[in-house]
Amino acid sequence: MAKFDPDVSVIGQSVARLEDPPLVRGQGRFAADVSFPGQLHMRIVRSSMPHGRIVSIDTTATLQMPGVVAVWTVADIADIPPIGFRDTRVEQLEPYRQPVLADGVVRYVGEPVAAVFADDAYRAEDAADAVIVEFEEWPSIMTADVTAEFSPGHSTEAMVVKQGYGDIEAAFGAAYAVVELDLSVGRHSGVPLETRGAIARHDAVNDIIELHGAAKVPHRNREQLARMLDRPLSSIHLFEGHVGGGFGVRGELYPEDVLVCLASLRLGQPVKWIEDRREHLIATNHSRQQRHRIKAAVDRGGQILGLDDVFFHDQGAYVRTHGARVLEMVSGMLPGPYRIPAYRIAGHYRLTNKTPCATYRSPGRYEGTFVRERMMDAVASRLGLDRVEVRRRNLISQSEMPYERDLQALGDDVIYDSGDYAGLLDRALDRIGWPALLRQVEQRRHNGELVGLGLSMFVEKSGLGPKDGVFISVDPQGDIEVVTGGASLGQGFETVIAQICAGTLGCDYRRIRVIHGQTNRIANGIGAHATRATVMTGSATQVAAWKLRDRALDAAAELLQADRADLTIADGEVRHKNQRLSPCVALGDISAWISAHPSGTDAPGGLNAEGWFHTEHMNYPYGVHIALVKVDPSTFAVKVERYLIAYDVGRAVNPMMVEGQLVGGLAQGLGGALFEEFLYDDRGEPLSVTFADYLIPTLHEIPAVEVLLTEDAPSPKNPLGIKGAGEGGVNGAGAAIASAIDDAIQCSGAVTALPVTPARLMVLMAAAPKNPAAKDRSLSVADH
Amino acid sequence: MKPSPFQYHVPLTVDDAVTILNNVAPDDGHILAGGQSLVPTMAYRMANPAHLVDINRVAGVDSVGVDNGHLSIGCLVRHAAFETPVIDGPIGDLLPKVCHHIAHYPIRRRGTFCGSLAHADPASEWCLVATTLNAIIELRSVRGTRMVAADDFFEGMMSTARAENEMLVSVRLPLMKETERFGFFEFSRRAGDFGLTMVLAVYELAGGSIVNPRIGLGGVEDRPSRNAAAEQILAGSAPSDAVFVAAAEAASASVEPMEDIHAPASYRRHLVKAGVLSALRQTVQ
Ligand SMILES: Cc1cc2nc3c(=O)[nH]c(=O)nc-3n(C[C@H](O)[C@H](O)[C@H](O)COP(=O)(O)OP(=O)(O)OC[C@H]3O[C@@H](n4cnc5c(N)ncnc54)[C@H](O)[C@@H]3O)c2cc1C
Repeated sequence: MAKFDPDVSVIGQSVARLEDPPLVRGQGRFAADVSFPGQLHMRIVRSSMPHGRIVSIDTTATLQMPGVVAVWTVADIADIPPIGFRDTRVEQLEPYRQPVLADGVVRYVGEPVAAVFADDAYRAEDAADAVIVEFEEWPSIMTADVTAEFSPGHSTEAMVVKQGYGDIEAAFGAAYAVVELDLSVGRHSGVPLETRGAIARHDAVNDIIELHGAAKVPHRNREQLARMLDRPLSSIHLFEGHVGGGFGVRGELYPEDVLVCLASLRLGQPVKWIEDRREHLIATNHSRQQRHRIKAAVDRGGQILGLDDVFFHDQGAYVRTHGARVLEMVSGMLPGPYRIPAYRIAGHYRLTNKTPCATYRSPGRYEGTFVRERMMDAVASRLGLDRVEVRRRNLISQSEMPYERDLQALGDDVIYDSGDYAGLLDRALDRIGWPALLRQVEQRRHNGELVGLGLSMFVEKSGLGPKDGVFISVDPQGDIEVVTGGASLGQGFETVIAQICAGTLGCDYRRIRVIHGQTNRIANGIGAHATRATVMTGSATQVAAWKLRDRALDAAAELLQADRADLTIADGEVRHKNQRLSPCVALGDISAWISAHPSGTDAPGGLNAEGWFHTEHMNYPYGVHIALVKVDPSTFAVKVERYLIAYDVGRAVNPMMVEGQLVGGLAQGLGGALFEEFLYDDRGEPLSVTFADYLIPTLHEIPAVEVLLTEDAPSPKNPLGIKGAGEGGVNGAGAAIASAIDDAIQCSGAVTALPVTPARLMVLMAAAPKNPAAKDRSLSVADH
Repeated sequence: MKPSPFQYHVPLTVDDAVTILNNVAPDDGHILAGGQSLVPTMAYRMANPAHLVDINRVAGVDSVGVDNGHLSIGCLVRHAAFETPVIDGPIGDLLPKVCHHIAHYPIRRRGTFCGSLAHADPASEWCLVATTLNAIIELRSVRGTRMVAADDFFEGMMSTARAENEMLVSVRLPLMKETERFGFFEFSRRAGDFGLTMVLAVYELAGGSIVNPRIGLGGVEDRPSRNAAAEQILAGSAPSDAVFVAAAEAASASVEPMEDIHAPASYRRHLVKAGVLSALRQTVQ
């Protein structure tokens, strides 16, 4: 790790994270670490029935149990509306919102049916076990291949998301060949080490509800809570502590968050809820499950003329806070880095009796990239062309930037701001030594090994607007506070913001305190989601730091009786640019001086500045993944031997942390490709409810990932040229690994579904046609 | 994930443990050894014992010794005791090879060999070793001690011949002869997971032929078992790849594999073939 070098701008240096000292010293403050005197513990009684009517809920025995203060069912919170959508109002989806407690009907195993409040977490769990719920079982719908009635007058197909451009009929009419695929991505999700938690207390003195354990989008959740509880905005505040991983699922507004707030108010005691792992695996958002039927029209040379996709999104039991965003992102981003002159997509948004789905790191893109890149491989195979060459022929070139497609994602027009896709492909192939690697693979195959190479290309998105603001102030001792409306999920937010502030202002980044996730410190904020924090909050920080720098120089010119143009700021002091020995003044002293001599134009309280950053459009980082895998012919296990992530981040504020984001993302992408899957039986009983069933890859299963981080295409959309780094490690993983497995078993197009488990690969290989190595592989190679 | 209420007992001697167990067993009392199986099931409330008899402070049962041609393993000997050979010779080499497949090191530091036998998970490595090597299990109750052969001990999925008031005090593994060879195969989805199939192959080589072959399978059916079909093919033959393949195919054809979310029966059946072959090939490497 690079040491902090004060003579080089700290922006772009791999400096140590500010976050780490308390974490490695055991001074972390995660949700479970938060407790208040006199607190109650909440335990949720969850549905054991996948689909059915609640006939009765008997709480008599529970109420008699020691320590039990209250048991709530829907009747006790009849005034609270279902949980709404965060960003968009989609009327069509409203009938599918989740009630805080089941309202007469249950739709998935794990749905909250009642809430028990007791003086101790153990007693709360004992008491919850004593609640007797009687159900009338209804048939459950476990696949998005079909539709049925959701509720009277409402189909399980909540909506169909459609996008497209160009003349698709003409494209298919003119095609030399049409390639059709039926592809599926399995149900998996973000599974942070820290489960969810929510601790609420009501401050009766000021009539304020405090919710601790917040994450991701505290300001937005505050607004939602105020609406749902019908309280003034200023009477609710959210507080974020350490967050042990978010990945999209943590920090959305869930029933439990609403319940603890309401209970703290109505029961007059603080209320604490900590999710357990089984709950997490059935209650927290799932993601990804989709089936695509895609067709490509291609010309003789492998150019794609048109892409026509119909997909089915298995949403689970309710529509949660995101509305239809995953489908919008699939449909808006599926074309990726390729030109694709005509495009049509229809996403069928269908409800089933499983845990509800929402966004998970690289939502819609992991799925879309898998589908698109499987198609690129299929086109190459169909036309007898090289996989790399087919991609190259379809790439949007640098000269076409900015590249506008007539598509939308996250309510934003998709306009690729900058990028050199072919350039990155070349650099990636060069870094991994593609030609030599192909020869090695050939040689090993000749020796009987089932090894293969795969690649995928993709475009990511980041920096969702519209705006973000920060407030920077310098205290008399020279420490700097940056108050943001951002959030930290452990990704290094504080360090990045401190680096940008320090680099712009001219001070040591370690003297900067970055405040995030505290709604009582700043009125606005969009938190940390959609790979936006560094772009948006970072750019706002730069704007504020520039202003602060100006003010400091103005004041110093007066104080030092110097020409402002001769002054600069370094190491937290204003100095003469050239004369090292001439007098200088520390930022803290300037702040104290301004406090004592306020002028008309200064904000009160010393040296400070507010800065806002606005953007109309997202920006678009991009990447290439290359995987080398080996299939064990006797067990059908897939081992990822090498993995390269090439990624253009525009500008890396802290390359070490960008690499960390990419490698961590890959671990999750690899999980979805080979291991992780939420399975259900036909009746709707979840089967993946422990870490023995839901398999997260460990260090043993993850290769040493190689990262090629480039800064070839800075974003023109912000002054630093930053693009986001959060999702590029996961995006292309399913696609690259699938491609490599095909290659290893010498059967193009074999992998049509993720995850590729050994049992599934056995079936695929048995069905694979005339593969020379396919005799009886189990007997052909010794192992162990 | 909080266990339901229970009463906790801490005996210091085997006699006390057995006496307490005798008193509380009818009232859903259980022994707590390493806790690596029992405590998670309690957290999930799949087990709700009313009493726990914690044997971790019982004296004199935490060592491995050699006794009359057997390796004797006391009930507080942890898995980690076998990370390296406890004795010279084939069995000393075999145990570490198997041990490394059990979970992860922190779990091996707590979990006990005898606890694994008492728990009788079909995919337990030690249960497979006990069955394949014809271990003898020592059970003690207030009425005295009885010795049960491993073959009679495992009765099904997590069910054994142990009566609820009996404590498993030790297990005895017959020492292996210098002429005995072994091979071990295990496949799990991730490092440290319970195996989807395990195979332990042991035989003696006498005059160029296989004598006394033992092919143990674990994780395949509801309990570990020896595979007679494969053993029959091996007995009396000279070791060769053709014989190994025939044994592997016979084993695979003769099992009735379990199904779970990680492996349908057809996949386990395949793994039996691959596993028997792999384990046998190791014996000639
Ligand atoms: C993540 C994880 C992975 C694992 N992976 C594996 C694996 O790959 N292979 C494997 O074999 N095991 C695995 N285990 C289980 C582990 O090996 C346990 O240690 C073992 O199954 C039980 O031993 P214990 O001493 O912990 O018993 P406990 O958990 O204390 O007890 C288990 C059961 O046996 C009874 N019992 C224990 N000792 C006695 C005794 N002396 N007399 C009578 N009854 C007794 C208890 O009452 C209880 O019913 C894993 C565990 C975990 C948590």
